[in-house]
Amino acid sequence: MIGIFHIAYKNLLRKKTRSVLTVLGIALAAWVLTSLLGFNRGYQNSLNKDIDNLGYQMLVTAKGCPYEAATLMLKGGTGLRYMNASIVDSIAAQPEVESVTPMLMQAVFDPNKGESGGISAYLGVDPATFPRMKGTLAMKSGAWFTDPAAREAVLGYEAAELEQREVDDMLLIPDLDVEIRVVGVLDRTGTQDDGTIFMPLAAVQEIFGQAGELTGIGIKVKPEADIAAFEERMYRLPDVQVVSLSQVRNTIMTLVSTAKVMVFSIAIIAVLISVVGVVNTILMSVMERRQEIGILKAMGAKARDIFKLIWLETVILCAAGGVVGSALALGTAKLTEVFIRGVLPFAPSGGLVAIEWTLALFTLGVVTLIGILSGLYPSWKAGSVRPLETIRSEVE
Amino acid sequence: MNDGRAIRAQHGVPAAPGGACPSIAAERLVKTYRRGAERIHAVDGVSLAIEPGEFVSFIGPSGSGKTTLINILGCLDNPTSGRLELCGRRIFEEGAALGESKLTDIRREMFGYVFQKFYLIPTLTVRENVMLPFVFYKKPGAEREVDRILELLGIADRRDHLPGEISGGEMQRVAIARALVNKPRILMADEPTGNLDVARSEEIAGILKDLNTKEGLTIVLVTHNMALARTARRIIELRDGKLHTPA
Repeated sequence: MIGIFHIAYKNLLRKKTRSVLTVLGIALAAWVLTSLLGFNRGYQNSLNKDIDNLGYQMLVTAKGCPYEAATLMLKGGTGLRYMNASIVDSIAAQPEVESVTPMLMQAVFDPNKGESGGISAYLGVDPATFPRMKGTLAMKSGAWFTDPAAREAVLGYEAAELEQREVDDMLLIPDLDVEIRVVGVLDRTGTQDDGTIFMPLAAVQEIFGQAGELTGIGIKVKPEADIAAFEERMYRLPDVQVVSLSQVRNTIMTLVSTAKVMVFSIAIIAVLISVVGVVNTILMSVMERRQEIGILKAMGAKARDIFKLIWLETVILCAAGGVVGSALALGTAKLTEVFIRGVLPFAPSGGLVAIEWTLALFTLGVVTLIGILSGLYPSWKAGSVRPLETIRSEVE
Repeated sequence: MNDGRAIRAQHGVPAAPGGACPSIAAERLVKTYRRGAERIHAVDGVSLAIEPGEFVSFIGPSGSGKTTLINILGCLDNPTSGRLELCGRRIFEEGAALGESKLTDIRREMFGYVFQKFYLIPTLTVRENVMLPFVFYKKPGAEREVDRILELLGIADRRDHLPGEISGGEMQRVAIARALVNKPRILMADEPTGNLDVARSEEIAGILKDLNTKEGLTIVLVTHNMALARTARRIIELRDGKLHTPA
């Protein structure tokens, strides 16, 4: 026994080119929509991941130029203003704080670096808290320090290449004539950590004569904490300044969201154009089949039967377009990523376009819903055809 | 006395065996159209009765109101005034017509329609086209009935062909099969041979005659083709919307 779905499907085959073009129009709109939603999700995830890779959400430095502090945090510059190590305990005591890690950065001019010399950055870190907070740092070879005050170093990937040192090699700190032993080399991270020489905090304080001094304190906030309120309180602390990564994140997201609004507007317009296309196709089809619809009604089809038939045709078109468009978006996600990376002024290091099957299903749902809605008018129009229309042209 | 029987008596139509109600009983049917300020009486006071198992042909010149009349008799259109009964059931009465949904139920139950154009769906096979009415209302044994009708009309061997692959005469047989598949009491045929050559027209005439004589189907036919009209047991002529030959 044939069903109404069979009839609707066969009806669409009657004008194959028209049906295929309509499906293609919807597929393109679905493709754009899926890709943009995937980009939105992927970009945000990657940016968050990049920031999370820093290990902490806030950095406290001694009062000075805030841009210097930001540079220190993001690019490894040297903001050499000091604050007393005693502040670490008072920050750690705040209820929102999950953990803190004190740091002392020192920079030394190395005449043997490059052609005309260069700056080597030594970052004193707390062996108890730093590796744990920077969980994304992975060892290429060796391990972290054997003792909290040992004269040892862990080299970032690029620093190891530049200094041409491996585990168990000795490294000379220029000017000071102090030798330290390389105990570990890190994997590449794509961040400022690659060019850094990590040493135990106590050793840096001792070698550089900066006992009890710090240049920065990284703060990891509890997941449930009210970061905004905590930041407000930290801003009020004297002699220190606070750089919040949520601010950095927000600034970047604000910049990106302007572009996003534009692109989403284009996606919505594409979807609206495809809706108009669907309504047009179905209306044309109804107009061409008025007599035939009249015959169906003479045969005993009720208005709701015809409504259902035409509605089903619309939904089949939209669902087919949704399936093709979503599959296209899944299949071309990599290509889309290459394209977007080429046009974006700033792109995080992770995947930019995150299209999963749940997103493809969501788009399919949206497009089918659009089909359901855009089919209402043509279906109602078809349902209201009177059987007499069938033979009107033959009335004598 | 039943109103339908009164109409029959009034118009001198012999009673059906066993005193059954006439299939169609119409009294003073009027259908008026407006064209600008002009009023056109397409059907002008027609009263008639058609008995169960009758084969009636309506003839007349173009514009005489034949099609308008059978559209009203077949519940495809409402009259402007008058009264219509089908098998004793009142369908139209002055100022009160049944709603579209009720009319659809009556069409499903009582009528099969055949037109000059075949209106077959080109992407469905012959069998699927004949089965089309059952897409909209289920009936037990529908598939068996479809196959029986295809056999009866001699197109069983064409069941899996598309309409584009069969002749005009065969297409009209498919249209007739589709009209018969819901076991109607009355077959309304409006110029069923209008698109066919003489040989195919004779085939269709033969089929209609067989359906009437062997299956006992009531047939109401509109045609310009006098040879086809003579297949019927009663011929009614219409002129200017009025019965020319007393029914």
